[in-house]
Amino acid sequence: MAGKIRIRAQLTDGVTEVKALMKHPMETGQRKDAAGNAIPAHFIKEVTATHNGKVVLSAQWGAAVSQNPFLGFSFSSAAIGDDVTVSYLDNKGETGSGSTKIK
Amino acid sequence: MTKQFAAAGVSRRGLLRIGAMMAAAAALPVKVWAAMARPEAAFIATGLDDTFAQIGGTPEVSADIILETPDIAENGAVVPATVTSNIPNTTKIFVLVEKNPNPLAAMFEIPEGTAANIQTRVKVAQTCSIYGVVEADGKLYMASKETKVTLGGCGG
Repeated sequence: MAGKIRIRAQLTDGVTEVKALMKHPMETGQRKDAAGNAIPAHFIKEVTATHNGKVVLSAQWGAAVSQNPFLGFSFSSAAIGDDVTVSYLDNKGETGSGSTKIK
Repeated sequence: MTKQFAAAGVSRRGLLRIGAMMAAAAALPVKVWAAMARPEAAFIATGLDDTFAQIGGTPEVSADIILETPDIAENGAVVPATVTSNIPNTTKIFVLVEKNPNPLAAMFEIPEGTAANIQTRVKVAQTCSIYGVVEADGKLYMASKETKVTLGGCGG
């Protein structure tokens, strides 16, 4: 099942600021449910952001990133209307992505 | 075989098409993800020193890294952390939480043209220091700041 990412990209003074919010449980694997059984780990491992197909940020995450992770970063040399895409891959092999046009 | 597919309302051709689409979807991410090796050992290292050893040694303290974290976090499960590096040629940014079971929370690769400024949110198990580590020109630098946690981030 592919997850969704809410994403915004805004151009100010030549710098594009990207804000992405991913919907993901980010389960560490160290918590236990009410019955005392360990809840299996389920977290985003890799995140890639592209601008018109070119990688502008890549990240490797552990389970210590918060639930429904937020990612903010910025890059230069982009124009209004360009495509920005953020996608992730988690430890179960599930992927998610979101794209937007720079405003 | 054919009869079974027909019974399910999906033709054999249709099934093949679905199969091909799934294979394409599965193959696509691998190509993108393979670009960056995951330092798995660093993510499972326990203790700050072990983690530093896995990412390439103990970093040098630098005043050119600006680490913005709250002094007191009411909820350790969501602690905003912003790392900004003013060191030229910054290529990587790491976020470490000292007393988490595995200190390394996240690692970012900064290509040219992208600002060495990352905002994210991390879990903090208990009151401890959060480290912003920066790799520039192959050398490691760090800044740290303590965050007091009133409610731990491990849902205990």
